[in-house]
Amino acid sequence: MSITLNNVRKDYDSETEVLKDISVEVETGEFFVIVGPSGCGKSNLLRMIAGLTPITAGEVKIDDTVVNDLPPKARKLTMVFQNYALFPFLSVWDNVAFGLKARKLAPDDINARVKEALKMVNLTTLAKRKPRELSGGQRQRVALARAVASDAKICLMDEPLSNLDAQLRIKMRQEIYALQRKLGLTLIYVTHDQVEAMTMADHIMVLNDRHVQQIGTPSEIYQNPKNAFVAKFFGTPQINILPATRSADNNHMINVSSDLQIILSEEVPAEKLQIGIRPDDMQIRLAEGVDGNAVVKNTEFLGDETIVYATLNSGNDIHVVMTGKVDFRNYEPIKVTANSNLMFFDANGKRIDISKEAYVHA
Amino acid sequence: MNVVAKPKIAKNVWNYLLLSVLALVVLAPFFIGLWTSFLPTMQIAKGNFLSTDLSFQNYVDAFTQTPILHYLGNSLVISTVTMFAQLLFCSMSAYAFVFLDFKYKRSLFVLVLATMMLPFEAEIIPNFSTVKAMGLLNSYSVMIIPFLTSAFGIFMLRQSFKQMPAELKEAADIEGLGHLQFYWRIVMPYNRISLITLGAYSFLGAWNQYLWPMLTTFSNSFRPVQNGLRQLQSEETFNDWGMIQATAAIVVIPTLIVLFVGQHYFKSGANEGAVK
Repeated sequence: MSITLNNVRKDYDSETEVLKDISVEVETGEFFVIVGPSGCGKSNLLRMIAGLTPITAGEVKIDDTVVNDLPPKARKLTMVFQNYALFPFLSVWDNVAFGLKARKLAPDDINARVKEALKMVNLTTLAKRKPRELSGGQRQRVALARAVASDAKICLMDEPLSNLDAQLRIKMRQEIYALQRKLGLTLIYVTHDQVEAMTMADHIMVLNDRHVQQIGTPSEIYQNPKNAFVAKFFGTPQINILPATRSADNNHMINVSSDLQIILSEEVPAEKLQIGIRPDDMQIRLAEGVDGNAVVKNTEFLGDETIVYATLNSGNDIHVVMTGKVDFRNYEPIKVTANSNLMFFDANGKRIDISKEAYVHA
Repeated sequence: MNVVAKPKIAKNVWNYLLLSVLALVVLAPFFIGLWTSFLPTMQIAKGNFLSTDLSFQNYVDAFTQTPILHYLGNSLVISTVTMFAQLLFCSMSAYAFVFLDFKYKRSLFVLVLATMMLPFEAEIIPNFSTVKAMGLLNSYSVMIIPFLTSAFGIFMLRQSFKQMPAELKEAADIEGLGHLQFYWRIVMPYNRISLITLGAYSFLGAWNQYLWPMLTTFSNSFRPVQNGLRQLQSEETFNDWGMIQATAAIVVIPTLIVLFVGQHYFKSGANEGAVK
């Protein structure tokens, strides 16, 4: 089942606008991730799709039917919550069967579905336990089984993994992905974790400051961010965003700092702009004589790579990822260069399209 | 290890000694009452409390010579009905105050709370004239109807309902549960500890009523135990203290049962696992 949002808006009162002009299309069987920093309204949006929160304006469509006024049940979907929302007084089995019983399915059908769902999440042996006798990961699996047992083809997940530890999160991530593919669910998954978004999504919607920042596939979003926020949100360590200006005597030249200059074949479109460089698109070498343009602040060795933190002569902090182990001492003068993989943003952070062929390094 | 353990043991000994002395002070009247209920009235009258002439004769007499069984039956009916009524009505009002949206919700709740500020004794005269006008005097209803619900119960359950995770309501909405289903199948079992507490409280409250039944009942057919006990002292038995003690002990038994049974349920952590 596909889901379409047209110009959805949500205000709590005339002053506080929570979401503005959200339009998106989620296709059948798609793993769609809504990602954004906390407080950006992503959980709210999910609840609006579920019908738990009414929308102020716009249109929510499921399979080309407008469902704005339909109660959650009539939208035929399931939801997995961040804190699981299990019924503590029911056994695992009854927790999974609860929704089916509420929908008045035949007992035989319920038994078969619950059995199948528990098998799928490897909880068959724990069916008689109460939620309090389970570990966090097992509780989350019960919540998943509840979604699996339902015949609804749309599943909404609200940060389902954020209460689990890092190891378990990776495992559950794979399990959720496998389940979604196996059952052909249309899955809308809310998270603040860009890694979860990148690894699982067919399409990602980046939400910030009440607006959709960008919708696209993980690689589109990483390689072609529409603005500085999206560029900063994806990729660890974060992209370096450096302020730059058009050179006063050559309007084809951008000055990033006194020592880092870029020449464009076309005219520089704005007087003030920002340059984005991914940390692994930069190189560092020790300064020879006086050609250094930065000073090392700190290095972090991570095994297969080293992150070097440095301050440019202009005062901007940057970080650079170098493969392997690199030995720089703190306060050592270095020369930083960037390869041709640059992104340009205007002063407000909006992406400026300048093709790769159009610039040369100074 | 031993060096550390020694002062700890000494401290424990002192703690328990102090606790035992305090427990003795608190429990002594109760035990003296229980002890005398096994003594013949003659021995009590002589002040011979340490007599070993113990028997169940007082209990046999209480059951055979007085209407105590009838009183117990009355109290049982009144307390049980009051308890179930309070559980039902308090939980329903509390549900409305927590999960429904309606106009003047806050003001209405304040009004309910305001009735808690007024002691029951202050309402006794208007209440009495009301039940009298309704012709309810000397019946079970007069001891049940005024206590069908309680502001305290509503307040207590509202606090408890409010602490339920919002996701449970959302999960119920997604499954399409209506208010009645959500109330009965999720809210009630989730809050069973609070409900048991309120049940025990209202049962004992009704059981230990004294002033109100004294005013509104005039015959043994409706008189509850506490008033029956008073009745025994004044008429039939004259001053058969042994038997009066025996009836008092009988009257206390349900209270003890409720507390012991209740205690079993007051374990913490019963709702663990609902949410992280």
